[in-house]
Amino acid sequence: MANLVNIAKNIRSKNAGPFWITVDIFCDDKISMQKIVQLLHRKQKTIAEIYNVDPKTVVIFELADILAVKVSFPRKIPQGGALDRDSHAGQAFVPLLILDLED
Amino acid sequence: MRTCKVLVPAGVLGAGVDDLEMDYALWLRPDAIGIDGGSTDSGPYYLGEGVSKMTEKAIASDLKKLLRLRQALNIPLLIGSSGTCGTDGMVDWMAAICQRVAKEENSKIRVALIYSEQDRDVLKCYASNGRITPLAPAGAIDAATLDRCDHIVALAGYEPYAEALRQGADVVIGGRTTDTAVLAAVPLMRGLPAGPSWHAAKSSECGSLVAANTSRSSAVMMLIDEKGFEIQPMEKGVYCTPQSVAAHLLYENSNPYELTEPGTILDTRAAHYHQVSETTVRVEGSVCREIPYTLKLEGSGKVGYRTMVFSGISQPDVLMNFDTWLNNLSEFLTNGIEKVLGYTEDDYSIDFRPYGWNALDPHNKPTSDYQPREVGLMTLVTATSQAIATEIIKYCNPYILHFPLKKGGSLPSFAFPYSPADVELGPVYEFQLQHVVHVNDPMELIRIDWMEI
Repeated sequence: MANLVNIAKNIRSKNAGPFWITVDIFCDDKISMQKIVQLLHRKQKTIAEIYNVDPKTVVIFELADILAVKVSFPRKIPQGGALDRDSHAGQAFVPLLILDLED
Repeated sequence: MRTCKVLVPAGVLGAGVDDLEMDYALWLRPDAIGIDGGSTDSGPYYLGEGVSKMTEKAIASDLKKLLRLRQALNIPLLIGSSGTCGTDGMVDWMAAICQRVAKEENSKIRVALIYSEQDRDVLKCYASNGRITPLAPAGAIDAATLDRCDHIVALAGYEPYAEALRQGADVVIGGRTTDTAVLAAVPLMRGLPAGPSWHAAKSSECGSLVAANTSRSSAVMMLIDEKGFEIQPMEKGVYCTPQSVAAHLLYENSNPYELTEPGTILDTRAAHYHQVSETTVRVEGSVCREIPYTLKLEGSGKVGYRTMVFSGISQPDVLMNFDTWLNNLSEFLTNGIEKVLGYTEDDYSIDFRPYGWNALDPHNKPTSDYQPREVGLMTLVTATSQAIATEIIKYCNPYILHFPLKKGGSLPSFAFPYSPADVELGPVYEFQLQHVVHVNDPMELIRIDWMEI
């Protein structure tokens, strides 16, 4: 299997202020980190579709020193509002787990 | 070499300050104690309603310990973002708790109160002069957006805290403030470099969440000197690693390299981390650059009132055809609400959240072979008043209980977990502002008042 969930060491998501969500992906080594970074850049449009945001607003950061990749994007429904279903966005990362590395 | 030590006794006031950790901290002789009392993390309700998430009892329990430690060392205690949302009312609430606890402890203190709640009409003047600008992803400010807010606060910088201490405050009780400013205030006013001061504060703002092996937000000590800073957990057995301190910059932060504070940007790209003892990590290399002075605004406004019914479904025939059943129910109720009660979509909204089906990812339907053992169906009605929301849900109640899979089929009875089944959730608020206000002076929109105990 070559989904993100199989190659990442740990993945989490969190609200970053009321209007942003951020996903942190921790990697085991430099090789898997590079694969993940390439995957995220290749899938930037898919990620934007999952969260219903403009692809240009999806920002990807690489933190080589701590083998981490960060993906941040604006929140379509602001935190805690009438339509929001995950105030702390703690489960927002789940749809990313099945991003396919070979696709 | 000049140094400054700040104790951060927990991630938030009221979380439960630990006696053993305070004993250890006392022995290390900090120069100040800093802690924040809130943030927007718990959602828009607290600011909209102007109330605290932490209870008076929990806050008083922590305050008692911190006032004792403060008195033993004769050092200042700084509290930011009082009562979760940091409104003026919450500063006064915190001040009253502090007054009661200090009297019980027989301690005589001079308390500065920093107010940062904003008047909507004053902000309208700033807006019309182009002095309120948006942060991504918000659009330009307008008067209507300000009018939608029940409370608006500005996040104060460190300067009001430094000013209060210069005027002889023993304790500073602040309204909404950046989490970091409360912790960086004493090092900055003593002339220590901005990079390490702000970076240390950012690392310590959640207490020991910066450590590698913590299970709660216990105390940490930050030590700032002219070249960098060190961070040391106070809880026995808890330690920081270079990885844990560096990784903390990721937490709840959309940009891991840059942190914008009033008048300054902390840049951590050149920071390097190393272990200096079993528990302590040292960081050098972070820098700050000055930017025009702005205060970030937070506003929260009421958008309606909600009433909820929660029902449990486990019978297989319904779960095998769940989407069809739910669509039919939704259509039936929408028609009925209009026919029987006369309410249309302008008056209310109804929201079905089927837990165990796709409540967290509503645009992603389960595959056809998916059949859960149970689904918990949350039905939420939001309306312009609590009475209307409840009226609508009370009409829906018997159908949520008995709606059949097929018209004319036998009536099922689903599982209501409590009586009454309808629960009033009160007002719903939404965050309205993602903007900064440009000021010429850090104190321009901030007021300081005094209380002698």
